[in-house]
Amino acid sequence: MKSRRDFLKEAATGAVLLGSKGAFALTGALPDEHEGTAKSKVVIARDPALHGQETQPNEQRLINLLDRAMATYTGRDHPVDAWKHVIAMGQAQDKVIGLKTNGLGGKGIATHNSLIMAVAERLQQAGVKAGNILVWDQNAHFLEACGMAVNTDPSRIRCYPSDATGFEDQESSWGVARIRITKILTRECAMVINLPILKDHSMAGVTFALKNMYGVVDRPFTLHADNCNPAVADLNAIPVFREKIRLTIGDAMSSVYEGGPGFHPEHLWYPNALIVGEDRVAIDHTAWGLLEKQRAAVGMPTLEAAGRPPRYIATAADAAHKLGSNDPRGINLVQV
Amino acid sequence: MLIGWKNSMWKALVIATVALIVASGCKKKDANPFPDSGSVAGWQKTDATRTFAAKDLWQYIDGDAEHFIQAGVVSTATSDYTYNRQLEAVVDVHTMSGPEGARKILETGLTRDAKIIQLGDEGAQFAQSVSFRKGSYVVRIVAYQATPDGAQALLALAHGVEARL
Repeated sequence: MKSRRDFLKEAATGAVLLGSKGAFALTGALPDEHEGTAKSKVVIARDPALHGQETQPNEQRLINLLDRAMATYTGRDHPVDAWKHVIAMGQAQDKVIGLKTNGLGGKGIATHNSLIMAVAERLQQAGVKAGNILVWDQNAHFLEACGMAVNTDPSRIRCYPSDATGFEDQESSWGVARIRITKILTRECAMVINLPILKDHSMAGVTFALKNMYGVVDRPFTLHADNCNPAVADLNAIPVFREKIRLTIGDAMSSVYEGGPGFHPEHLWYPNALIVGEDRVAIDHTAWGLLEKQRAAVGMPTLEAAGRPPRYIATAADAAHKLGSNDPRGINLVQV
Repeated sequence: MLIGWKNSMWKALVIATVALIVASGCKKKDANPFPDSGSVAGWQKTDATRTFAAKDLWQYIDGDAEHFIQAGVVSTATSDYTYNRQLEAVVDVHTMSGPEGARKILETGLTRDAKIIQLGDEGAQFAQSVSFRKGSYVVRIVAYQATPDGAQALLALAHGVEARL
């Protein structure tokens, strides 16, 4: 039997699902009863039967999962309404919306093509012209790993890599990050929907929402020192990242809990989940927890014990960066 | 005077012979390790080989490149294959500066689930991958799908690569 406390807790969550508004633009965040500040909403939507016996997710089940995740996140039941809300929030009507994928690990562990296509389809149903959807990644091979072919024809969904349009001549810097940013982000996109894939990372510990921005700059290898800390946080603190990376739909349908960021099928696992939110720190903190749980389940040491704790997540949340919350009390985690 | 000239000739001959041996050794190292389509039963090479020098390795495996560089990687070559149009795989051939580097890289990837196999100087197999080292080379072949005959097919392709190193 549920206690009154549990009942009230669930009722409060339900209120969020119905669309109350707070500090975060999309969801309406739940006011924090302790500090009077807004909580960051993170939705984990799961479908245990997503893969069945196949290595690729079932496309219809994935679309249903995406719709459920977005409805829960935005508080709008109809997918078109949910996506119109996303576009309005990003002030991206009749502007270019970027979809930043991650194909670095190769075909076996890249952002699923079916997810990219499902997001693109929903955006078009919400009124975005195909040519205003731009799928991009670090290079053409990474896009190929995501099942995408380079296309510059504006009558169709466009797709080309960071290095195709070149990088800004002017270096951008914040802390240890001194890089040049692709013009796709700085000049072409009004807003970006971040589509990373959850992986263990041999240096950073976890690669997901924040780390995915390494594929946006000209020299990502200069950002690897000290377990990528504080480089991941510093990079994401550069204003254009704060302003344009509006929503993350994290691909946790399949993942590698060890041996990443490359593909190691012996360490493949299927969380069968999408993780949605605007606060990328909260998303990464949540995803880190999932990864640790899986490592523990198969008898592997924690990432801390393995020598690669993802400290950049705490750094991103600190007073200097203020990129989001890594405090569970500041995260409104909704699992559906 | 004549004796001195003869000595010089001998020295030149020895140097030329050593240079020839070294050159032929280098030539073998430059050999293409990737089997052509059909040379290993069922396997087709589906794209051009891409080669990355150590300094450019981040373009292929950013995030993993540092481990290879620390172990002394000289270059990495990669190519995609398919088996009977059902199984897709990638073959990575890392040329290290010496056998120790190859050993270090191979051992990093070994877990208790690995099945040790007789291939090259040392080899290991998982359900969807085969790794081995031979001299200064370390090779990893990974399949993107799991199929009933996948492990056997990967092993055959691995032998095909090993024979060319």
